[in-house]
Amino acid sequence: MPTAVCRFFLFLILLLPLASHAGDAADFAAASPAKQAKLLESWAAAPDAARLPLLEALQQGRVAADSDKTPFIENAGRYQAVEGAAEPVGSPRKLRLNNRLRGLIASAMASHQLLADDPAVRLAAARHLQKSAKPAQLGLLDARVASEENQQVRDALSLALANLQLVDSNPAVRLAAVRLLGETGDPLARTRLETLLDPAVENDAGVRTAAETSLAQVKRKLLIGELLGQAFSGLSLGSILLLAALGLAITFGLLGVINMAHGEMLMLGAYSTYMVQIAFQKLAPDYLALYPLAALPVAFFVTAGVGMALERTVIRHLYGRPLETLLATWGISLILIQLVRVLFGAQNVEVANPYWLSGGIQVLPNLVLPYNRIVIIGFALFVVVLTWLLLNKTRLGLNVRAVTQNRNMAACCGVPTGRVDMLAFGLGSGIAGLGGVALSQIGNVGPDLGQSYIIDSFLVVVLGGVGQLAGSVLAAFGLGIANKILEPQIGAVLGKILILALIILFIQKRPQGLFALKGRVID
Amino acid sequence: MKRRPLLKSTLAASALLLSGLFPFTVQAAETIKVGILHSLSGTMAISETSLKDMALMTIDEINAKGGVLGKQLEPVVVDPASNWPLFAERARQLLTQDKVDVTFGCWTSVSRKSVLPVYEELNGLLFYPVQYEGEELSPNVFYTGAAPNQQAIPAVEYLMSEDGGAAKRYFLLGTDYVYPRTTNKILRAFLHSKGVADKDIEEVYTPFGHSDYQTIVANIKKFSAGGKTAVISTVNGDSNVPFYKELANQGLEATDVPVVAFSVGEEELRGIDTKPLVGHLAAWNYFQSVENPVNSAFVAKWKAYAKAKSLPGADKAVTNDPMEATYVGINMWAQAVEKAGSTEVDKVRDALAGQTFAAPSGYTLTMDKTNHHLHKPVMIGEIQDDGQFSVVWETSSPIRAQPWSPYIEGNDKKPDYAVKSN
Repeated sequence: MPTAVCRFFLFLILLLPLASHAGDAADFAAASPAKQAKLLESWAAAPDAARLPLLEALQQGRVAADSDKTPFIENAGRYQAVEGAAEPVGSPRKLRLNNRLRGLIASAMASHQLLADDPAVRLAAARHLQKSAKPAQLGLLDARVASEENQQVRDALSLALANLQLVDSNPAVRLAAVRLLGETGDPLARTRLETLLDPAVENDAGVRTAAETSLAQVKRKLLIGELLGQAFSGLSLGSILLLAALGLAITFGLLGVINMAHGEMLMLGAYSTYMVQIAFQKLAPDYLALYPLAALPVAFFVTAGVGMALERTVIRHLYGRPLETLLATWGISLILIQLVRVLFGAQNVEVANPYWLSGGIQVLPNLVLPYNRIVIIGFALFVVVLTWLLLNKTRLGLNVRAVTQNRNMAACCGVPTGRVDMLAFGLGSGIAGLGGVALSQIGNVGPDLGQSYIIDSFLVVVLGGVGQLAGSVLAAFGLGIANKILEPQIGAVLGKILILALIILFIQKRPQGLFALKGRVID
Repeated sequence: MKRRPLLKSTLAASALLLSGLFPFTVQAAETIKVGILHSLSGTMAISETSLKDMALMTIDEINAKGGVLGKQLEPVVVDPASNWPLFAERARQLLTQDKVDVTFGCWTSVSRKSVLPVYEELNGLLFYPVQYEGEELSPNVFYTGAAPNQQAIPAVEYLMSEDGGAAKRYFLLGTDYVYPRTTNKILRAFLHSKGVADKDIEEVYTPFGHSDYQTIVANIKKFSAGGKTAVISTVNGDSNVPFYKELANQGLEATDVPVVAFSVGEEELRGIDTKPLVGHLAAWNYFQSVENPVNSAFVAKWKAYAKAKSLPGADKAVTNDPMEATYVGINMWAQAVEKAGSTEVDKVRDALAGQTFAAPSGYTLTMDKTNHHLHKPVMIGEIQDDGQFSVVWETSSPIRAQPWSPYIEGNDKKPDYAVKSN
């Protein structure tokens, strides 16, 4: 009898690990959030390849439980039991996760991916663990460092391990860990090392000195990242200012039309992008990601068309009367805003970034360059080159320059001044439209979009010097970088005020702007 | 200058003449006029336009049931265009020219502050539907949004908890005006009381309509290297779109640094792809995703209304907290007018004390007997990939508002009933 009982218990004990293993998902589905966190931590310390699909599904939010708490994984609208072939009772509900659980899931996932075959996956996992590894994972990391074949992955793993070894009881291990951390440019390493400087935390003087040297190394690397980041955001802001102002540099700078409706050309360009996006969604959803490219010509021709129509109907009657031009174009801008408001509503419209304009590239541990900003910097330079070529290498450009320099003489030589005016204004508006496409990818698209850029545009053109493309380019990037240098020091609000004050002072001193047209220009 | 009075008197005379000539103005006298004062253009249009539409829907609904005191409600919509001084002008116009009996309006605290003297001077009645910083208790205003202890404080308590990520450092980011500044002052005092030192609190402000968040997001990243960080955002209006886009592009995820927002709801998220934002938080007293019969009916009604009136983006119409507060406010006012038997401000004010209404949030909300605020439940929601929120934490019952926050010095001496501010 006792043997029978013993056997029975032995059988149960043998069954236990099996049952608990088979029931990972079931355990998780039935547990409270605090228990779930514990489960995830234990999974992270002891990875098991069989658990990977469950973790993947959890990370993507596809795990659901029915009324019996049986877990299911959702696949394209269908629910599949995680264990066995049960059918859901009632309609399963997605498991509710919070940020803490999501972080733990990502960490557990990284632990499991350390066993993956692909070195790239292992590397990404090791990098993730540098941020998130918990003391419980020490044993795992130690074992993986020993058995890892790929040099790069092993380096990444050693760093993750070093983070945990900072509290090791052996000073020699701590010292090695501190030295290793000095090699990284990780912002987290800085905080970790800083705590070691305190004698109350670190009692070994040798480790403390090593921490000091490592800290200096890390700080230097971080500073480089920070400076590069600031330079990049300055360039990015400058490219946006440039795209916003370039059209105005032609309509105001070259043609001398005080064009208050310039902002609305940007806005029309952005709305054209929106319309192209809708057309792609309806007609060619497979190619949706390419819509910003298709939007470029559309925006150019729409805004150029509107610009030419305005020039022919209103502006050409007002040449030489700057005050009336200002009022008339301001009126036009109000009409255009109201028109868009009636057609599309006062609310902003959704212009989504396609996948190739979302996210960013990690250059340094503390420097991520967003793709949309990189693309916009390139695009701004492309538009500048295009405009320069148009103005300097084509017949139209020659005519435009001739007319702006001496209208009467150009007319005498047979230049059709009226047509040139129209085309030049159309060109300026079209370029503003291109700027609108770019702006739609980083900011809001609403009827008031133009209003927020018109002042900056005038600032750039006036500062750069009226009538000069190069001046506008320099002014835009200068303003962008100055703004980004000032912002971290004194805040966005004061920074903006200070920049305005500086520009006013500069214009007082040098009314013609950075670059002035030289030669016998007749105004 | 002399022509103006002449012009005015001519206009007035012709108006008089017209009113005598046409009988429809006689009928107009039998309606109750309701003012709606929301920005329909400018930076705040993203948030306020839907409140105007929600007010119109609620008025239609009340009218369909026979109106108030047997009279139909007649909405008077004006557009103060996100321009704070214009709010005061429009408010005066509503009270003196249109002679409205009540106004529903304002979103930003700066707009409410600018109309407040007008309502107190002319003894008007304003229902303010948005969460705000407190520090105000006017006899002429009823506050149907949350006070700080009904939104901001519980949200920070959640961030401090295990489930909220146990944050140690706080980055307070706001638009530069009275609401974010006051809220952050209260939060700083609250954080101090919880033992958070000044070096672990960073406060940053941006202008209205700010669109370049590169530096700020980079600074948040830098700040977060010093310990578990949470961002508390009081950014208002359409600046939120570039802010969240920048967060996503720079790879700052909710699991690393959660952002809890006090002015971002379903409506503001309509213009953003929310997939990279999953897990960021918002604190409100209502979410569209709340499940109860009153809310299902409320959401269905709103969607049908948006479709019938072909509002922009009607196929993706959503409800949010201030819309719910508008809906509750108008219904409570109608109940109070029925109870008082009059639209006179003084009588309605008395009748409003203790009014109750079964709100879409799933709770029966009560207007406090003395302090002009609703007792509201607090909910914290996480952004989902479909632009909705899933509630991760909520209070078990509605909480009484503390318009005078105990975390600001001297507030313990302020009376808990309405007193004119000047």
